[in-house]
Amino acid sequence: MSDSERRLEFRNYFQDNLGSRMVTDKIVKIIVIACVAIAIIPLGSILVDVVRMGVEIISFEFLTALPGAAGSGEGGIANSIQGTFIMIGMTSAIGIPIGVLSGIYVAEYANSRVGKLIRFFNDVMMQFPSIVFGIFAFLFIVLVLGKFNLWAGAVALSLIMFPIIARTTEEALKLIPDTYREAGHALGIPKAVVTVKILLTAAKGGIVTGVMLSVARIAGETAPLIMTILGSKGWFRGTETAMDALPLTIWRLSLLPYDEAVMFGWGAALVLITILLVLNMSVRYFVLHRKGGSGSLGMFMRITGGKK
Amino acid sequence: MSRDLLAKKRNFHWDSIFKITATCAGAFVLLIIVLIFGQLLSDSWLIWEKEGLAFVTGDRWNPVEGRESFGALPYIAGTLVTSLIALCIAVPLSIGIAMFLSEIAPTRIREPISFVVELLAAVPSIIYGLWGLFTFRIVFKDWFESPTHEALGEHIFLFRDAPFGLDILTASVVLAIMIIPTISAVSREILLAVPAIQREAAYMLGATKWEVFRMSVLPYAKSGLIGASILGLGRAVGETMAVTMLIGNAVGPKAFPFGFFQQGNSLASIIANEFNEASPVSLYFPALIGLGLILLFVSLGINVCAHLIIRRVTNAHEGGIKGF
Repeated sequence: MSDSERRLEFRNYFQDNLGSRMVTDKIVKIIVIACVAIAIIPLGSILVDVVRMGVEIISFEFLTALPGAAGSGEGGIANSIQGTFIMIGMTSAIGIPIGVLSGIYVAEYANSRVGKLIRFFNDVMMQFPSIVFGIFAFLFIVLVLGKFNLWAGAVALSLIMFPIIARTTEEALKLIPDTYREAGHALGIPKAVVTVKILLTAAKGGIVTGVMLSVARIAGETAPLIMTILGSKGWFRGTETAMDALPLTIWRLSLLPYDEAVMFGWGAALVLITILLVLNMSVRYFVLHRKGGSGSLGMFMRITGGKK
Repeated sequence: MSRDLLAKKRNFHWDSIFKITATCAGAFVLLIIVLIFGQLLSDSWLIWEKEGLAFVTGDRWNPVEGRESFGALPYIAGTLVTSLIALCIAVPLSIGIAMFLSEIAPTRIREPISFVVELLAAVPSIIYGLWGLFTFRIVFKDWFESPTHEALGEHIFLFRDAPFGLDILTASVVLAIMIIPTISAVSREILLAVPAIQREAAYMLGATKWEVFRMSVLPYAKSGLIGASILGLGRAVGETMAVTMLIGNAVGPKAFPFGFFQQGNSLASIIANEFNEASPVSLYFPALIGLGLILLFVSLGINVCAHLIIRRVTNAHEGGIKGF
């Protein structure tokens, strides 16, 4: 069949039965909008539940006191909040340097085959089940030291964190025009200094976005913490001991048969979800509004045109 | 002159140190993957030695000392069944969302809607579990599971068990909600990557929006959408907390998934539940590590497939309106 015949056939098809085709189109539109609604309803329900239950329990004492006896409804979850922030700090101390350096290696040093290989494995590792990292940290650190400790948790979470940072750093560095590098080399600046002082400065926005996203991801992780930091009822007493974190508290409390304990779980969920939403919203604000665009385009515009 | 040379030499020194450090950081991911596999294999070696391949195909789960017997099949099946049900629910919805965001929605509301959908991904697994356990389970049981059981329970064996709320279907539906953001975000990117000329050609011939999507966008984006779905499958396979709280945590032969309303178990959730109970010197412990190793292999296989498909799609290919 020649091209013109095919075109004629399509045109005839599209000219016929216009009414029923418009009806189909409308129905599909309604179905598609229903899809969006179905996806948004759970989010709304989760937020409403967490806020409704959480607000009832949250008080100054809840946020600043140690937990009382299980199910008594006394005390608070201050040690879990402390634990979550300590975990974020320790994980970042391990994960951020490795992630950023790995991203630098792939974007600036590796030849294309090695770079592709490492990027591929970073992508694959990002999707590993988080519980596997928990098992690994348990075998590698907890069994060796003979006790549950914070470093094991930090190592497990940093394994989740560093591939995310490595990928975002790499993407951010790739958006910087080569003229930046060439200008640096033309001045006789060594490559390491060009990378650290010029490229990292220019790619700062992208890297910060990646770090914040990865922090938001690890702050809610539960499974690896069950087998590494275990949970406790006291304040932080050094990195060699067990500690509590918000997700662990929620998990433990939700399985208890007391209503008060479950209410504490909802309160902890509200604190956790507030931390995560603030992180996500600020990433969004950072990417969208400060840079006048969206996604990588926004990043690109900031790098090239933002430094007027 | 000599000072210049000295400066150059010193800089070169630092330069190579930096390069070596960066190379080490880049190689770290390869090292850690090998290390994880090695560690898991060596610590589960006892169970492979005792049970052999029967560990993968067996269905007993008896940690009592002296009578130990372990089989992973019910949990492998539980993982795959819950993930596949979740996928069947999530893929049509996600493609609908992606179609709305790329074809139908006015530009003004695209960003807010995709932001809201991505927020679903920001909610941690444990909070889905909490919500599922105290809110969704009850609503779902009263409004869907019980009526379905009453209507179909006698005729179709899938609906035979009396629904309790903590079962395979509840876990799968919550899992579906959790993977929707992943699949719809990737699908949206793939649909947006379809060249505008594809759509324009179909519009020019007088096609409606749905016909444009069906005849010129979908054939072009098909394999990419399959890749996105497999990526979602990989996500679902590794999800732990929400599934653990909702699946019912059966063990042994009765954990094998035969019906929607039956209590089951998945690889990740049995590990999360029983890990701290197992003593590292018994055979129970290597059995759980062995489950972790199987989970790692399942997830690795699925993810490698997904990445290869997505990569093949994003490298160009030919388009054209295909037949209707």
